[in-house]
Amino acid sequence: MPEENETLQPVVSALAEGIKRQVQVVQDYAELSFQSLADVFTPPHYWADTLEQMDIIGVGSLPIIVLTGFFIGGVLVLQTASQFERFGETALTGDAVALALVRELGPAITALLVAGRNASGIASELGSMVVTEQVDAMRALGTDPIRKLMTPRVIATVLMLPLLTAVSDFVGLVGGFLVAYFTLRLGPVQFWTRAIHALDFGDLVQGLMKPFIFAFIISTVACFMGLRVKGGTQGVGRATTSAVVVSSVILLVVDTFITRILLWAFNK
Amino acid sequence: MTPVGRPAAPPDQFSEPVPGAPLVSFKDIRVGFDSGDVLNGITFDVWPGETKILLGEGGSGKTLLMKLAAGLLRPDAGNVIVMGQDISDMPEKDLLNFRRHIGFVFQEGALFDSMTVADNVSFRLDEEKVDEAEIETRVREALRFVEMEPSMEKYPGELSGGMRRRVSIARALVDRPPLVFYDSPTAGLDPVTCQTIITLILRGRDSQGVTSLLATQRVQDAFGLANFRFDKTTGHIVRDSPNEARAARIPARESLGIEEQHLKESDARSSPVPPTNVLVLRGGKIYFEGAADELLHSSDEYLKAFLASAE
Repeated sequence: MPEENETLQPVVSALAEGIKRQVQVVQDYAELSFQSLADVFTPPHYWADTLEQMDIIGVGSLPIIVLTGFFIGGVLVLQTASQFERFGETALTGDAVALALVRELGPAITALLVAGRNASGIASELGSMVVTEQVDAMRALGTDPIRKLMTPRVIATVLMLPLLTAVSDFVGLVGGFLVAYFTLRLGPVQFWTRAIHALDFGDLVQGLMKPFIFAFIISTVACFMGLRVKGGTQGVGRATTSAVVVSSVILLVVDTFITRILLWAFNK
Repeated sequence: MTPVGRPAAPPDQFSEPVPGAPLVSFKDIRVGFDSGDVLNGITFDVWPGETKILLGEGGSGKTLLMKLAAGLLRPDAGNVIVMGQDISDMPEKDLLNFRRHIGFVFQEGALFDSMTVADNVSFRLDEEKVDEAEIETRVREALRFVEMEPSMEKYPGELSGGMRRRVSIARALVDRPPLVFYDSPTAGLDPVTCQTIITLILRGRDSQGVTSLLATQRVQDAFGLANFRFDKTTGHIVRDSPNEARAARIPARESLGIEEQHLKESDARSSPVPPTNVLVLRGGKIYFEGAADELLHSSDEYLKAFLASAE
């Protein structure tokens, strides 16, 4: 028995060390996120940097959001139409597209696209600044890098993602309508009336609340990955990949829980 | 880029040096990583007006000491006292305030690559909400000092390594801090550019009375700073000692990195010259501490080999 214990000892201590490291990472992330939030309420504020980031994240992401939103709406119609046709209820296509887009696909796909485009950009930019000692230089000049670099990116993402989601939802519905019009011969009045009436207050709240939470996850994870880069340019590459993968996975997991809570809250 | 809501920097505990006390004091500093102790029991002081040169091989902990002195890293044990305040466990918020009273020149310059040269130099002044007109004057003055005024609208990516280092010196000196840390300012530069950088440091020291801690691998930098000074009246770099014997023993002028045309022997000092001392790090400890002359005359085998390696 003592021999067995001796064999297990290194395995157990390595496991404990691994868990400790992961807990430390979560703690560091929580601390950094809290700090970036707290900085919103105290001066100095870097409004010019925030506006610049809003332009990069919001306006910069608009083309891909419009393109993908349009085609997702179209694909949704194609996929659901064949099912509804079996029951002779093609008019329900408008309901299906509106509910799927506003409640779920709009927020989730927009967030995933922004994660792919902006989380990678934020992580690589901040990571490069860390490895070239620009972040240390900022600290040496008496400026808080969290306040100057992270907070503007978090504010900008949180403000822009809900707007991008709204655009994506609308363009998706337009895409859905055009496909329904040309393939199912569904009239505009029929499509839009059903699409708008299918949605109630709870759906809109759900669809516009999720982007705020997703934006916070994407921006804080991206900044965290960028600011803790180690190991030169290779480290920047790793941080960029991690920022996209981790933020995408977290936001999809969180999405499940938020959806459950919101469905419960609106008695759905 | 200008922050909103920050009040003008008020006078604080770092504004005035403590009379009769060193400006920087390292007390029994220990720093270790997974691979072992990098610094083990380091104790030394930097007095007002002094230029302390940290010499040592790569990986001997010079940069680590510089970052500890600026509060960018914290020691595992021991205390770092700067301007009378123990910064070893000072909260980051107070450290940010402290760092507005020092200058730091990073090894590779660490310029903000998305900003122009002028914006880099004015960064601290912008943060402190200094009047726009004054910022313009001071930035031009600082860039003129390092002979980079014509490049003020360029981006760091358009500059050579030496030019970036010069801009970094201007950024560190623009607010006229009493204390400047130079982390290997000549590393990776050609000999001619090295001499330009050392000349600038000499001018900063002797014209602005800056106290400095300088880390370098180049013995030539140490002797350049110890044996030459900037003469404010003539505007030239002059040899600091009239002692011909000493002059004969120090490395050749070319290797010191001082421009020949600016070199003038001078018996009469026009201003008091701050002492320059050398500290050699080895194996995480201080191996030698004293004047450059003492280092030159040392009979220690390691120091002899170290000096010889620089020739």
